[in-house]
Amino acid sequence: MSDWLTPILWIGGIGTACGAALALAARYLSVEEDPRIERIANELPGANCGGCGFAGCADYAKAMVTADTAATLCPVCNSESSAKIAALLGRSVEVSERKVAVIRCGGNDSEALRRFAYNGIADCAAAAATGGGDKTCTYGCLGYGSCVRVCPFHAIAVADGLATVDPRVCIGCGKCIPACPRGIITLAPAAASLHVLCSSKDKGPVVKKACGVGCIGCTLCVKLSDGAISMEGFLARVDYSKPLTQDVLVEKCPGHCIQKIG
Amino acid sequence: MDYVLLIIGAVLVNNFVLNRFLGICPFLGVSKRIPTAMGMSGAVIFVMGMAAAVTWCVHTWVLAPFGLQYLQTIAFILLIAAFVQLVDIVMKRFVPALHRALGIFLPLITTNCAVLGVAVMNVKAASGFCKSVVFALAAAVGFSFALLIFTGLREKIERADPPRAFQGVAISLVTAGLLSLAFMGFNGLVK
Repeated sequence: MSDWLTPILWIGGIGTACGAALALAARYLSVEEDPRIERIANELPGANCGGCGFAGCADYAKAMVTADTAATLCPVCNSESSAKIAALLGRSVEVSERKVAVIRCGGNDSEALRRFAYNGIADCAAAAATGGGDKTCTYGCLGYGSCVRVCPFHAIAVADGLATVDPRVCIGCGKCIPACPRGIITLAPAAASLHVLCSSKDKGPVVKKACGVGCIGCTLCVKLSDGAISMEGFLARVDYSKPLTQDVLVEKCPGHCIQKIG
Repeated sequence: MDYVLLIIGAVLVNNFVLNRFLGICPFLGVSKRIPTAMGMSGAVIFVMGMAAAVTWCVHTWVLAPFGLQYLQTIAFILLIAAFVQLVDIVMKRFVPALHRALGIFLPLITTNCAVLGVAVMNVKAASGFCKSVVFALAAAVGFSFALLIFTGLREKIERADPPRAFQGVAISLVTAGLLSLAFMGFNGLVK
């Protein structure tokens, strides 16, 4: 055989053999997958945030098709893609209310005092484990950004020693909630604009010494809010299931801890 | 004794990543968290051992008898890519648990230069079948070793506070360089 024919035949032969083996394997060894899984996965946002409780969007799509999992668990999906998924699954889906994360603390470095200079690892859990945290208030945001690092949507930022959520970017996946060692992050309906930005359960005088914007437990907001705010010990809490529209509370609150967001 | 030297040589002295600088992209790409690094390590060990066996057979029985050694690169790439795809399909069917564990890493290895490198080195050394496969497995263990050490370091660095200019990839590359320097210390252990 000539010099050029042998290599062409052999490499071509190897290529063909490999191709044939792959084709046969794909034909006879393939695993049947429901075609809806891929189409539903395409409708999901693809950020793999884990907000639904599954290991990612593809995993959730699989669970919806194979295990009859509810189609409303994705916090990111808008109503349009939710409707498409419901149509693919052949069932009706009621759209869940959009929620955003709220960090219930307003004590930035100009308002809240710090007891000592923390110089360790820049992580809230580590800071909280060091003598109970460097903030004088043992309930407030430490500002070392543990929630910022877990947020898959870059919706949280730390400024002046205080983490804040951008409600326009936040999609309410809830990943930041377990990341906060103080447990002060909660999910609130995106429609609610008034929030009590304090988590201190201490009595008024103690709060006042530690922070300029803490809830002192005066109960004024409870009287003005038609039952949407109630007292939990010495701390006012908003019940988001009831409407709260009294914007005047922002000025009236003597602790300056009720604020309007969004 | 031959094999002991071969293994020590491939794992420590001539470490694929840190001394030969092969397989750098997965070394930097999947070294952010220990579990992913473990998955990648498992996939690399499996694929490198199998690929060495396949390429050895093709080289000895096809390329060498017909004087086609100059085509080894293209033939090996073809074989490795097809082989990894085949393993992916077969595994998905018969060992779904392992397929889930190795997951995305299996197809990623298709274009890993460490796999091609070990095949080419086996040809150059003209070693027998057993020796080729053992060398490939040892090289893959060396890769995993380097990857896991590096991942451990990166996880620590993640929590540290380096100067702004060094944050992210920069400090990772510096770390990789220092790790490589440290591995140079094994030089002379095996001739």
